[in-house]
Amino acid sequence: MAGLVWPGLRGSQAHSSPPAATAAPGARPGGAAIEAAERLIEGLPPAAAVWCSGLRKRYRRQVAVDDVSLTVDRGEVLGLLGPNGAGKTSVIKILLGLVRPDAGEVLLLGRPARDPDARARVGYLPELFRYQPWLTAAEVLSLHVRLAGATVPAEERRECLALVGLADRAGDRVGGFSKGMQQRLGLAVALVARPELVILDEPTSALDPIGRADVRDLLLSLKERGVAVLLNSHLIGEVERVCDRVVILDKGRVAASGTLQELLGRRKLRLRLDGVGPEAEARLAAVGGLTRSGDAFTVTLPAEQDPTTVPDLVAALVGLGVRVHAVEPARISLEERLLDILRTGSGEEHR
Amino acid sequence: MTVRTVRIVAALTLREAVRRRVVRSLAVLTAMLLSLSAWGFYRLDAEFGGFTSGEARVAGSTVLNLVMFGLSLIAALGTAFLAGPTLAGDIESGVALALLARPVRRSAVLLGKWLGLVAFGSGFVAIAGLAQLVIVRTTMGYWPPHPLRGLALLAVQATVLLTLGLLLSTAISPMASGIVAVGLFGATWIAGVVGGVGEALGNESVARVGTVARMLLPTDGLWRGAMNSFQDPALLAQVGSGVEESPFLSMAPLTATYLGWIVVWVAVVLGLAAIAFRRRDL
Repeated sequence: MAGLVWPGLRGSQAHSSPPAATAAPGARPGGAAIEAAERLIEGLPPAAAVWCSGLRKRYRRQVAVDDVSLTVDRGEVLGLLGPNGAGKTSVIKILLGLVRPDAGEVLLLGRPARDPDARARVGYLPELFRYQPWLTAAEVLSLHVRLAGATVPAEERRECLALVGLADRAGDRVGGFSKGMQQRLGLAVALVARPELVILDEPTSALDPIGRADVRDLLLSLKERGVAVLLNSHLIGEVERVCDRVVILDKGRVAASGTLQELLGRRKLRLRLDGVGPEAEARLAAVGGLTRSGDAFTVTLPAEQDPTTVPDLVAALVGLGVRVHAVEPARISLEERLLDILRTGSGEEHR
Repeated sequence: MTVRTVRIVAALTLREAVRRRVVRSLAVLTAMLLSLSAWGFYRLDAEFGGFTSGEARVAGSTVLNLVMFGLSLIAALGTAFLAGPTLAGDIESGVALALLARPVRRSAVLLGKWLGLVAFGSGFVAIAGLAQLVIVRTTMGYWPPHPLRGLALLAVQATVLLTLGLLLSTAISPMASGIVAVGLFGATWIAGVVGGVGEALGNESVARVGTVARMLLPTDGLWRGAMNSFQDPALLAQVGSGVEESPFLSMAPLTATYLGWIVVWVAVVLGLAAIAFRRRDL
């Protein structure tokens, strides 16, 4: 475990090609060559927290994951979005070695995921969070610390329980916990062994609004400490507030991915018009996705912003005899964008 | 890494066995059996006060085997019903998700569970079995010729059944795996009885039923070996060659070959369970 460094000590550098820390091409058995390779590796930026390529998984006839590739860089919070059954949980389980992919490759923190040791610095909160009901909360934490091969002093374990609001329940058996408390315990389990990568599958599904706010604060503090996070959540607002990048899955495929700015940078144009003939409607549609209700038209503007698009459109409409009452730009929310992507199946990617 | 995982999981499994209700019900059942047998042995001695020492030994040895059979049944039921939930239950409830996402090999987790269960089953057999032997000793004055060997064979019997329970629990639900394991245990015992009848009647093909069953699931063979260690050698001489085998009387101790086969059997079944568990999607 010598190569693993607490992420706070290293700058998080972005790179999304297959990470380098695994192979030293040309290194022949021989002291000098190995040393040279080690020096080479040390000089490289740390490998991405998660790198996977071409993941496929089929359950009987049902394709759950279809050619999914994604990267989570060090210190980055990546949101995984998509409707029910999109394959989000399957992707997460493949990353953690809980499900065997039919095809594809996974590297966790620079090590092939086939090797269980790759998960030494990974924390995980499953969607189905259950912990040994016959153990106390403190015992569950110490079990996971030991399984992770870490040494975490009791004081730090207590702090971890306090962080999720379970400080006064440390000595109680998990069997008596409510769902929300078990999910809080799950968060503590994911965080206790000083992870460099935390994978959270629906971390707020059983939490009350205060619990959700707590989780949001927790995610922001992880981000500050440079811990990479892969977050699967239905709560788009949650994702929008904490994630650096978003991957949208639909029917097992990556429907779209990019930074929030790339995804949301797209603007809409709301127009109130009358006297719109077929020719004018075609001109509107030529700009981008067009929706119409009565005299209100909404046009989605292309991603690459061109300062001439809007004036040209208005001039063309006027030229076609359309009477323009109002033209107002509007920003697209992540929710609208998500629904738009899922409904139209527009598969263009932003990388 | 792997050794550490095995150790941690074995300790966890033991703790689970101790903290779960299985232990309490096992303790209650055992206490009931022990006190009933103590009362029975006491009455036996009181009613037939005029036992000669030889008669007392024969009666004691026979009844001891009957009671030990009950004890082995409790051990088998208990461990089989503990082995099922410990793996299949963890998978079903989701406890396994967080556990197996740790840097652990699944085969190491399985081996740890197995070791924990073996330790628990053997501990139970040692304590309850020894208590039973002491009861017979104080009430009837009978002490079997090879008590340790007998108890060890009973512990191996529990091990065989819990290994089977683990294999089943990688494929089917916790309750079903316990039921199937106990069902097979009962079926081989019956097949053993059928085989004994076949031997007594000199019918080879019927006798083979028992032999084949004893190879497929060695619980009945082990039970016979254990009985042989508990019963009085004088009893065998007395019964002579009239009756070859009965469910509660065994003529010959186990052969080294058969013991070797049992080791192979346990290793193969545990290996199959490891392969099935490794391939399983959670």
